[in-house]
Order: sequence, then structure tokens, then C-alpha cells
Amino acid sequence: MQDTATSDTAHETLVKIRGLYFARGERVIFDGVDLDIPRGKVTAIMGPSGTGKTTLLRLIGGQLQPDAGSIEVDGEQVPELGRAALYRLRRRMGMLFQSGALLTDLPVFDNVAFPLREHTRLPESMIRDLVLMKLQAVGLRGARDLQPAELSGGMARRVALARAIALDPMMIMYDEPFTGQDPISMAALVQLIRLLNDTLGLTSIIVSHDVQETTAISDYIYVISQGKVVGQGTPEELGKTDSDWVRQFMQGLPDGPVPFHYPAPDYREDLLNA
Amino acid sequence: MLEWLRELGRSGIGFFEKLGRSSLFLLKTLAGLPGVILRPRLLIAQLLSVGVLSMPIIVVSGLFVGMVLALQGYNTLVDFGAEESLGVAVALSMVRELGPVVTGLLFAGRAGSALTAEIGLMKATEQLAGMEMMAVDPMHRVIAPRFLAGFISMPLLALMFSAVGIYGGHFVGVGLLGVDEGAYWAQMQAKVDLHGDVVNGIIKSIAFGWVATWIAVFEGYDTVPTSEGVSRATTRTVVYSAFAILALDFVLTALMFGD
Repeated sequence: MQDTATSDTAHETLVKIRGLYFARGERVIFDGVDLDIPRGKVTAIMGPSGTGKTTLLRLIGGQLQPDAGSIEVDGEQVPELGRAALYRLRRRMGMLFQSGALLTDLPVFDNVAFPLREHTRLPESMIRDLVLMKLQAVGLRGARDLQPAELSGGMARRVALARAIALDPMMIMYDEPFTGQDPISMAALVQLIRLLNDTLGLTSIIVSHDVQETTAISDYIYVISQGKVVGQGTPEELGKTDSDWVRQFMQGLPDGPVPFHYPAPDYREDLLNA
Repeated sequence: MLEWLRELGRSGIGFFEKLGRSSLFLLKTLAGLPGVILRPRLLIAQLLSVGVLSMPIIVVSGLFVGMVLALQGYNTLVDFGAEESLGVAVALSMVRELGPVVTGLLFAGRAGSALTAEIGLMKATEQLAGMEMMAVDPMHRVIAPRFLAGFISMPLLALMFSAVGIYGGHFVGVGLLGVDEGAYWAQMQAKVDLHGDVVNGIIKSIAFGWVATWIAVFEGYDTVPTSEGVSRATTRTVVYSAFAILALDFVLTALMFGD
């Protein structure tokens, strides 16, 4: 938050991932992934469900440790950071969870005030102003007294977004922000992500499998499948890809390199040899 | 047979692994306690939900347990013409055993299960992970105040249980069955020892509060983050707490009143 201005000029890449290897038990989730997240841009990481997109965000946030490879955020090696340094770094990162992750025992206002009260010693009047400004930015200043249970899914995500920008972070990570939204709240979120990124000078990482919405606002897209980066480029470049797999994913085709049928013995034999 | 042995070994290893994890968890919780004392507001909120809101069930149960004790005790004592000793019988059963043990079991059922469900749901809805990403340690912000609140509440609730129970016994014994009021109180005063009986009962309730709250917060934090996982963890809290309290009660009783 305080040093984005100075380090902006220092180097262009905010998050740099090299040779990332991560496995859960027997299952390999990332097998040599290289990613660069440029400053000030909206970068999307796309891929089918279960490719570990959320895991990637947790690795960047230091909630999980990689088995091999490096994850550098703003010049710091996340896996090597001690607890205090990691917590300092996290204050400059916002993360929007799929469920919103609002604290259910606090009303909207206190949820947005939560990081301010935990990390600053600002007087209550200033916290009030800041919270109202953040809520105004997401269009929910009037909802400050509601309880999280009274919010719709889209509103909860917007409140969580206001909370994520409360400490003016340098970057925000969005975990499946478009899942389960009706068209109106979807449009609101799409617009908000782009708008906040540009007006607040943020760096945004979106993890999603909603192709249309994500391509509409992304500057650069990585497509991940089976632990590897299988395609990358601007939305236009990906639209003209010659990879069959990426085309199937981007255009949402039911059959292709990812077959419609789960592997099975021959159909005719299966039926006749009963 | 071999399969059975293997299964036994596996569950044995699982048990010790969990014991180790919960011990590390307890150390981290204890490390968070100084922070709680500096922010009393967090503690007060938990004292309300863990302690004060458990009071109705404790008071009502204490009253009935005391009344039943007096009824049962009177029927036995009257055969020996010793119904004057009813006060002692009720008071000793209460402060030595029933106060700490029944309060512990009720506490695990009311407050412990609620703690597990609350923390487990916070985990399942990513609230704990969200806190971590906001650079707030859930061990300090969520777990430590709840643990301390349980630890403080349990002995107070046990004392309340015993006190109400003695009045319940008084109501039945003196009020309904006609035991002499002076004898009820005077014999109690003469025979119940502050250190040997009351303090030992308090020590028991402190131990039960520690164990029951520890189990509750650990099971919540260790939940498999699904709705099924939360419901299982809640059940485990009540079952494990009941086991732990009854086993610990035997050990403590043997140490305190064994000779």
C-alpha cells in the first residue's frame, strides 16, 4: 500500500512463478508452471474445474507451501518468508473468496472495518469515513447495517470486495468471482473488477472458468490444464489459437481433445458380453 | 486376523497423530492468550455466549438434580433415623461429584458443541482462511478468546450448579418431607470441608472446563470443511468430552479422596 508508487517503476512484474511443482498426496496439481503477473493489469488464470486454480491463489498468498519452484511477489520469495514477514505482505494483498468469506457474526459495516480495526490505530470517525467510501465504491453504502445472511450472493461478494480494498492493497486475487451470479450482479462484478483495477492502480488476478466474462475484462490470460500452462496470450491471441485443447475450452465445445466420454471399454463389446 | 491387527495399528497411529496435532494446537492457543487479555472485548463477547447463555440449562438441571438427591437420600436415611444428615448428603454429592461432572457434561453438550459448530462453519465458509489472508491470525482472533471463555466459565457454572442443587435439596427435604431446617444447614456446615470438598470440586471443574473447551475448539478447527464434516465434528466433541470428563473424574477422585 505505501510503496506501490516507488516499486511500480522498479520492475514490471508483480508476481513471478517459476517451475512450480505442487502435489496433494499422489495427485500432482502443478507440474512445472511458469507465470508472470504484470503490474497494473488484469490477468486471468483459466482452466477446467479441479485444475487447482484456487490452490494457485493459496500458494501465492502463502497459505500453502510449494513442493518445488519459486513464487515471488513484489520481490519477496513467498515460501521462504517467516510468519511476521508473510503477514506484512498479506496486508498488501486482497483476496476475494468464492463464498465471500464475510464474518457471519458482524454486520456489513463491521466486516469492511475489520481489517482497518485489526491493522491500524485510526480513530473511529476516520474508520467510518473509509468504510463508507469503500462501500460507496461497490455501490452498497446503503447496505451498511445489513447482516451477511440478508445479502444476496452478488451483494456478499461486493461487500467482500470492499473489505479486500479496505487497506488499499497492491493486488487483489479473485477466486471464481462470477460463479453462480445472475446476469445483473454478474455485469456489476465484471465492471467493478475492471474499474477498481484501473482507478485504484491495482493488479488483479482472476481465477475463473467463465470464459466470456473473463475474456471481456482481462489483459492477459493463462490457460492451465493438468498441471501445466497449455495456452497464454491476450484474449484476441487466444481466440485465434491453433491449440485444439485451448479452442475447445475457450469456445466451450462438448467434444474434442477432452473427450465427451469417460474412458470405457468398447461400447459394442460392453453391451454384447454382458 | 492380520487385517484386524492392521486396522488396530492404523487407528492407534491415527489416535496418537491427532493427540500430537491437538497438543500443538493447544500450545498455539496458549500463545494467543496474552493478546486476548489486551483486548477484553473479544473475551467478553465469548463469555456471554459460552458462559452466560449456558446458565439456564445449568440452573434448571442443578435444581432438579438437588431435588432428586434429597428424595432418594431421604428414603435411605429415614430407615436409619438419620434424615437430619440429608443436608450433608446432598451438599457432599453436589460439590464433590455431581456439580463438576454433570456441569461438565452439560457444558460439553451446550457450549462445546456450539463452539465446534461455529468454528467448523467458519472454516467451511472460508472465514478462517479469509482472516489469514487479511493477515489476522485466527488462532489469536477466534480460538484463543473462546478457549479462555470456556476455561473461565466452567468452574463458575459448576459452583452455580452445586449451590442451586443444595437449595433444590432444601426445598424437597425441608419444605416437602419435613426435615428439620436447622439440622439441614448445621450438619452441612459442620461436615463439608472448604478445602477437602469445595476446593477439590472446583479443581475438578477447572480440569473439566480445560479439557472440554480444548476438545471443542480443536474439533472445530480440525473439521473437514463440509456440512457433513461439521456435523461429525460436533458429535465427536460431545462424545470425546464425555469420555474425557468421566475418565478424568475417576483419576482426580482417586487422587483427592483415594486414601
